[in-house]
Amino acid sequence: MTTQTAPPEAPTKPERRKLDENTLRNLGLVGVLVLLIVVGIITKPDLYSDPTWVKNNFLTILQQASAIGVVTVGMTFVIIGGGIDLSVGAIVAIAGVWSTTLATQSYGAGGMIFTAIIVGTVVGLVNGVLIAYGKLVSFIATLAMMVAARGLAAQISGKQTQISTNSTINDIASTRPLGIPLLVWILAVVVLLGWVLLNRTTFGRRTVAVGGNPEAARLAGINVKRHTMLLFALSGLCCGIAAIMLTSQATSAQAAMANLYELDAIAAAIIGGTLLSGGRGTIVGALFGVLVFSTITNLFAINNLPTEVQNMVKGGIIVAAVLIQQFRFQSLTKLLKR
Amino acid sequence: MTEPAPALKTDETVPAPPPADEPGDGPHDVVLRLTDVVKTFPGVRALDGVQLEVRAGEVHCLLGQNGAGKSTLIKTLAGVHHADGGEITWLGQPFAPANPQAAMRAGIATIYQELDLVDDLNVAENAFLGHEDARFGFSRRRAAAQKTREILSRLGHPEIPPRTHVRDLPAAGKQIVSMARALSHDAKLIVMDEPSAVLAHDEVGNLFRIIQGLTAQGIAVIYISHRLEEIREIGDRVTVLKDGRTTAANLPARTTPTRDLVSRMTGRSIEYVFPPRRPATEEKPLLVVEGLSRKGEFADANLTVAPGEIVGIAGLVGSGRSELLETIFGARRADAGTVTLNGKRVTGVGRAVRQGMGMAPEERKSQALLLDEPIYKNMTLASFSGFAKAGFTDASGERKAAEKTADLLELRPRDVTRPVRTLSGGNQQKVVVGRWLLDDTKLLLLDEPTRGVDVGARAELYQVIHDLAARGVGVLLVSSEVPEVLGLADRVLVMREGRIIHEAPAEQIDEAAVLDLVMAGSLTTESILEGEPA
Repeated sequence: MTTQTAPPEAPTKPERRKLDENTLRNLGLVGVLVLLIVVGIITKPDLYSDPTWVKNNFLTILQQASAIGVVTVGMTFVIIGGGIDLSVGAIVAIAGVWSTTLATQSYGAGGMIFTAIIVGTVVGLVNGVLIAYGKLVSFIATLAMMVAARGLAAQISGKQTQISTNSTINDIASTRPLGIPLLVWILAVVVLLGWVLLNRTTFGRRTVAVGGNPEAARLAGINVKRHTMLLFALSGLCCGIAAIMLTSQATSAQAAMANLYELDAIAAAIIGGTLLSGGRGTIVGALFGVLVFSTITNLFAINNLPTEVQNMVKGGIIVAAVLIQQFRFQSLTKLLKR
Repeated sequence: MTEPAPALKTDETVPAPPPADEPGDGPHDVVLRLTDVVKTFPGVRALDGVQLEVRAGEVHCLLGQNGAGKSTLIKTLAGVHHADGGEITWLGQPFAPANPQAAMRAGIATIYQELDLVDDLNVAENAFLGHEDARFGFSRRRAAAQKTREILSRLGHPEIPPRTHVRDLPAAGKQIVSMARALSHDAKLIVMDEPSAVLAHDEVGNLFRIIQGLTAQGIAVIYISHRLEEIREIGDRVTVLKDGRTTAANLPARTTPTRDLVSRMTGRSIEYVFPPRRPATEEKPLLVVEGLSRKGEFADANLTVAPGEIVGIAGLVGSGRSELLETIFGARRADAGTVTLNGKRVTGVGRAVRQGMGMAPEERKSQALLLDEPIYKNMTLASFSGFAKAGFTDASGERKAAEKTADLLELRPRDVTRPVRTLSGGNQQKVVVGRWLLDDTKLLLLDEPTRGVDVGARAELYQVIHDLAARGVGVLLVSSEVPEVLGLADRVLVMREGRIIHEAPAEQIDEAAVLDLVMAGSLTTESILEGEPA
């Protein structure tokens, strides 16, 4: 390319501004987590004085976060890529129901897992095709899918709860390799893979480019449509995995499962620093977002407080997180614009 | 690679002074005075002692490179920023607008480069946006339309219907709506930030007539432009900014030699400095375009580009030149005709890029850059897959390659991990060009490569384009600035109303001839209504 050699390395500040922003936000979320635990200790000092209970409660929180966490990883990709997926809860339901029909169960655990993952991915793919090639707005397409997929799930299950009789599936939730629930291991693996995929692969780079400036991505030769389609398929895949996790936890599946998962996943991604307009977001932040929510749920559960109050607090946290983010974003852009 | 430093030489291009029918230096009142104005942002001293004096009824030009502080200055006047020090006097009173509304009420209106109109509202609604005439909360649409009509007549464009949606107006029409908005506030000072950047040649003439009409009514205008010839034509006095400081105030716009203006902006004396032309190489063509057509945009375009050749397309905005370029690149689907690169058909952007085509589109920010992403990721946007191993990106490899390219392009700052947003327009353009340098591009399509790029960075870009051609890259270039096309290209194509009407080696055609071809049958004011396809 050139015979010119680079001059001696100038002192550089590698991405400090952005790095700081992400680290700050994650630290903030860790702060919130600590705060929630402190509130737990204050309100229930007797429980927290028992180390075994503390450890088990901690693992419970993680386990509660596992299925929604997996869904949130997929959602984070979709949002960074400039879309939104309102159908995740419904996809979990259809994948869960489909994989627990008597016919599917007759193929054993492998058949059930395969079915859940394929159903999830295919439904996501349908979303993706409608959005990328049918030029539907993702909000509309996935809204329609949300309704349709739940309808189909109800149709397949005959509105009945389908009990899983497969012990391998049912044992997933109770197995604890190295003392940590398998569901938490699954979440950890998905988060790790998601992080690598976003930050270290061409797929991740394309995701940021497509979400940040689709026209620039297109003119740089990136196949924006195909990538958009793949993002929704990825989200569907995550839903399929989550369906198995939930089925295992409940040893059953039904059309109403994973209710409002779309809202929890979007909220977790947003408070984790993912820009709703696309082009920016982090997997780690999204994970912290999920953990904050499941810790709140846990806090309310151990205090025997009603879920209504819990929902109000959740709403408040979403608003507060976005407000703080906007404030910081504004001061940042002001600084950069001059 | 040859020495990338641009050859600096003086080049005086002072157009003939226009007839002296301007009001002259009569006893005009000073309406605005800035003394030692300072504005700092964390880490940056954006304004560092600005002096400015604007009189009623004059066109005061602000000149300065990108990053000289012009934008900060006008935003301070507009109430977006607040000065940290110094004094601003407006109509004899100390002036410190708390917000843009306050500045508007005080009579200072600003027309930004990116027009801040609402596309889905109509002309009247846009003109009165934020101070709608309403009774009991119901907008008085007829009254607004009537007032808008009056204002539009004042601007010399009574033919624009107040009820047209702004979306349906071409760029020139939108600008008139912006000015109507300024007048709807009874502005006594209108600040225009590069108003001609979005306009074609004859539309600039209209703009100037409007400005003259405004100044005749005693309205002062602060006019920002990178085009010196415009400043000579419309300006009364010039204030030059450099690094947030006034380096020269109140120079006569028409008579100050170009060399003086440029040297005060840059500390060097350059304007259009083109590297010497190499002899054209006779080779079999790299790009062959045959019979390419798109309905309503251009028809039956035939052209070739040889390796190492620079071909320039001259034409007005709306002549179909940008559309032609985008269609060759595959970003628009052709209705008829073929594009062949090295004997292979090109269809679609993905294939075009893989076959070695690259494009720097007209709208840098919206079509080419990820503003919040670091420089190196923007540079490798078309090639990161090539760096990657088994789908895993190679960030350090990309950084190294980007640094090499940054040196080649004299990118400032050279730190490739900085977000592109923090760069000046010229350096952002270098990033876009650098993207294709990295990608071993054989044919580079450049759409308005120097729009919004300051004089110094321009010369560097010209050098870069020549260096590319010297390496055998074919270049197809579109520019509104005829001297640029003539100075850069080996061969010139002239486009008018969607057709290539003339082709000539650059040394056999001059600016006057090109303008003559371009303007013959040129768009008149009616075209503002019809609206050119965007």
